[in-house]
Order: sequence, then C-alpha cells, then structure tokens
Amino acid sequence: MTGFLRRRAVTSLLPLIAVLLGVFFLARLTGDPANLYLPVSATPEQRQNFIEANGLDDSIWVQMWDYLGGVLTLDFGDSLRTGESAAAMALRAFPATLQLAFSTMLIAVVGAVVIGSWAAYRPNSVADRISSFLSMTAASVPDFWFAIVGVWIFAVSLGWLPTSGVTGGMASWVLPVATLVIRPLGVLTQVVRGAMVSALSAPYVRLARSKGAGDLRVVTHHALRNAAAPALTVAGDLMVGLINGAVVVETIFGWPGIGKLMIDSILGRDFAVLQACVLLTAVSIFVLNILIDIGYALLDARVREKVSA
Amino acid sequence: MSATLETPLEAPRSQNPKLLTLLLKDKVATLAALVLCFVFLTAVFGPMLVAEQAREQNLLNANAEPFTLDGGWLNFLGTDPLGRSVLARLIVASRTTLSVAVPAVLLSLVIGSLIGMWAGYHRGRRETVVMRIADIILSFPSLLMAVVVLYIFSPSSANLVLVLAITRIPIYLRTARAESAELQSRLFVDAARTFGTKPTAIIFRHVLPIILPTLLTVATLDFCFVMLSESSLSFLGIGIQPPSVSWGLMVAQGRTYLQTAWWLSFFPGLAIVITTVSATVLASWARLATDPAQRWRLTLPRHKRGRKEVK
Repeated sequence: MTGFLRRRAVTSLLPLIAVLLGVFFLARLTGDPANLYLPVSATPEQRQNFIEANGLDDSIWVQMWDYLGGVLTLDFGDSLRTGESAAAMALRAFPATLQLAFSTMLIAVVGAVVIGSWAAYRPNSVADRISSFLSMTAASVPDFWFAIVGVWIFAVSLGWLPTSGVTGGMASWVLPVATLVIRPLGVLTQVVRGAMVSALSAPYVRLARSKGAGDLRVVTHHALRNAAAPALTVAGDLMVGLINGAVVVETIFGWPGIGKLMIDSILGRDFAVLQACVLLTAVSIFVLNILIDIGYALLDARVREKVSA
Repeated sequence: MSATLETPLEAPRSQNPKLLTLLLKDKVATLAALVLCFVFLTAVFGPMLVAEQAREQNLLNANAEPFTLDGGWLNFLGTDPLGRSVLARLIVASRTTLSVAVPAVLLSLVIGSLIGMWAGYHRGRRETVVMRIADIILSFPSLLMAVVVLYIFSPSSANLVLVLAITRIPIYLRTARAESAELQSRLFVDAARTFGTKPTAIIFRHVLPIILPTLLTVATLDFCFVMLSESSLSFLGIGIQPPSVSWGLMVAQGRTYLQTAWWLSFFPGLAIVITTVSATVLASWARLATDPAQRWRLTLPRHKRGRKEVK
C-alpha cells in the first residue's frame, strides 16, 4: 500500500510543482514583479524600496530559492489591501469554501445514486428523462446565470431567501448549494446510470437474481457496489472543480471563501494573496487526488490486489 | 468509438447528402442545427445592421420594460440603464462571444489533434511525455489557470482565446492519441508503411480521416464548455472588457439592476443557454450519426429510439 501511495504521490506531485514554478516564472515573465505586487499608483521610490527589500535585484536562481523557502514556511508576503499575512487570509477563507464544496458534493452524490440507478433500472421511465435533462442542464446552463435568476425569483421577487451572505442561517445556503450542485449532479447521474446499466446486465447480477435476491437488494448490494468505482473517479474530478469553480458562486453570493478572496485580490491587484490562494488550492487538489486513489483502492478489489502486490 | 473505423472508405461526396437527409429526419436535431446557423449568421451579419443602435443612448427611455412595441421593435427586449436597446446589444455581443469561442475551439482542436495523432502513431517516449503534459494541464482546473494568466497578462480577446485553447488542448490530445494508437497497429496502416509511406503522410491520409468525425463531435460539445468559460470570465471581470460587450459581460452588468430591470441579465443568459443547448443536442446527434453501429437508431422515431447504449 505504501509503495502504491508513494508512486501515486509522485505522479500527482508533478502538477503541484508545475504550479509552484508556474507562478514564479509567470510573475517574472511580465518583466518587473514590482508591477504585480505594487498598486498601479506606486511612486518610483516605492518601487525601488520594494525591489531592494524583496531582493529582486539578486540573480534569478537566488530569487527562486527565496521564493521556494517562502512557500515552505507559508510566507507569501503581506496583503496590499489589509497588510495582513497573505497565507493567514487564504487559510481563513478556505473552510468556508470547503463547507460549501462538501455539502454540495454530498447532495450531488446522493441524488446521482438515486436517480442514476433508478434510470438504469427502468429505461425510458421518468427517472430516465430526469437524468438526461440533468445532464443536458449541466452541460449547457451557465452557473452565474442560474444563480442570478435564482436570486431574482427567490430573493428579489418572492423574498423567501437572502440575496447573499452567510448570516441568514440555513436559508443562505440554499441558493449557493443549488447553483453549485447542477454540474456535479448532472455529470454524476449520467456516470452512475451508465455504470449501472452495464452492472445490471452483468452475470453476477443474473446469478443473484436467480438465487432469489429482491430488486432492491440486487441494486444496492450487487450492482451499485460495482458501479461505485467509475463514479468515485468522476466525483473526485468534480470535487476538484468545486473547490475552484466556487469562484463564480462565491462572488455572486458574497460567500467569504477562497474563490471570492481570489477575485477580490485580482481586482485589487493583490498578487501576494492571489499567489497564496492559488498554491493553497493546488495543495488541496494534490491531497484530494491522493485521497481519491486510496478510496479507489479500497473499493476495487482488482486495484487493491495490484496495490498489495 | 472503435466502430467508426470502417466508414472512411466511402467517398465523402456520397456521405454528406446522406448525413443531411438523416439530419432532416430528426426534428430536434434539425432545430438545433438551425438555431446554431441562426446564431452564426447573426454574429456575422447582425453587427453591421445594428452597431449604431447598440451604442445609441436615450436616457429618456432608460430601463424600458420588454415585450412591448412602444419603443420600436429594437426595444422589444427592453432597454438598459442608458436607454440602449438590449436586443441590439445582444446581437453585437453575439459576435464578441463567438469570436472568442470559435477560434479557441478551432485552435485547441487543430493543435490537440495533431500532437495527439503524432504521439499515438509513434508511441514510446514521445507518447509518455505528451500525455504527462496533458495530465498536468488537465489536473489544474481551467478557470483557475485562466484567472492567473489573465491577471498577469492583460485580459484581451487574444489572450482569452489563447488561455481557453491551452486548457482545452488535452481533451483532443487524449482522444486523438487513443484512436491513433489503436489505428497504427491496423493492417492498412501496416500496408501503407510497407509501401514506404512517410509517417506524416500516413497520419494525414490514413489516420486523420477516420478519427475526424469523433474529433468534430468532441469539438461541438467543447464549444459549449468554451463559451461558458468565456462567459464566466467576462462575468468575473477578467474576460471581455467594456466597452466591448459579450453575453457573459451583459449578465454581469445587469446584475446590479436585478431588482428593477430583470431583463438586463435574463436575456443574455438565455441566449447563452439556447446556443449551448443546441450545440449539445447537435453533438449527441452527431455522435450517433457518425457511428455506423448506432446510425440505424436515427431512422427510428425519437421516442422509440431508447437510450440504452450499445457497449
């Protein structure tokens, strides 16, 4: 198991390193990093001070060394807008995003398993129609538009839900989660349905049936377990998308998460904070990928054997 | 996917009319195709007709309600806070939206397919390196990448196209690689190789025609994704910049007036949805139509077709 994990960790480490170096070199590509870190209105003296204070007149390798050291000690510099440490700001915003992402994923998985297996069990039934409608919506409705129409109908016209913020208790979760859930739900339902269609026609299901297993038991105990592996892989990818894709939803609903922080720091040209946010999400994606691999190994006996071998 | 492999021997001339009759038989797919044609024609010719009206301000007629012909047919979809016609702006914005989405899709399609076919044909180390790079791009969410790149470089149309194209290249790369890796071990490729045909010639003459339908289907579907990404970025303020206008930007600009003028955000979003739904429908039709093993389904009426896939 540890050997497998080590191999997988090395593979998923590649994107992480790419991001680390990417951020560094992109900042240098534009010429003067002082342009990125300092506000547009900075005076030449301020620029000069900044360049000296941050060692920007050193050679590029020394600078890279400093940068990597800063990353390891979570030192990304201070925010331009608040003067606070950029890493602290990113870490404080992160839980809000995670809560949103996890509750969305939970709903999406439960919904997808129910609708997807029902649709596979009864082709051309209502559930089958719902599942194709969901996947169509997921592929074609822009989330920001869905969110805005939701705000218009339920918050502005009907006044049932708050327009934004997190202070409204449960009600303030409804619209953000509903907006975020469309894509994962649509995609996952389709994956579960596809996997269940092939699982339900597999020999072991016929055997279970011939031995007298009931409909529900066949679906939940025999077919679903085997359909879970492809769904898990896709769910992992979607989760990665949720952690980042929350940018739009967080902006619209004023959710104090990492996506909103990212956009705010872009509009305020606050590069240190943006960098901290990007690296934090990159690290969380790295961790998530490893968790998915572990889950995959636990689910699928064939992978498990390869792992222990 | 592997079922497409037997078709290319048919002359393309005889296949096109057949596809057209097949398309006309499916009412929903025909409608989708017509809608897409309409959107493209609007984007090409529309701005010539209404560019003037889209800029023209009329503060006396600001935020006029939609669905009345009082302000002339151009104000049928209402007016914005400066009294400009929403309909005219939608038409002008359609060109901006498509002029980002279409080049981005074409660029990623061409680059991704070429590299993918090359890697799949040669296998070995070239394949591994290319696939690793594709993995790296894919494992990093495209929106985040676009956000960072557009922050550092200015958010111009050209940069937007470039960023979107780069993030979508892996999709075509993977498809093209998988199919061409399978094809290069086929007998007819072997035969061509035996006659001394050069790899480039084999790729273009023997591999490309076979995987082209699959790639085009993927591209149609990806068109939706790229359009949605552009809209999201414009919505966030790092895509198309005013005074240019795209559908996503219109939704963003209308957001402030949600309480008084819902039509400002609603119609541009609807335009996006109609276009992307049409592309999705057409893509799923094309997937069936270009697959000889499943094409017979299209001759059935839609409700009898069944959705169970042949695996």
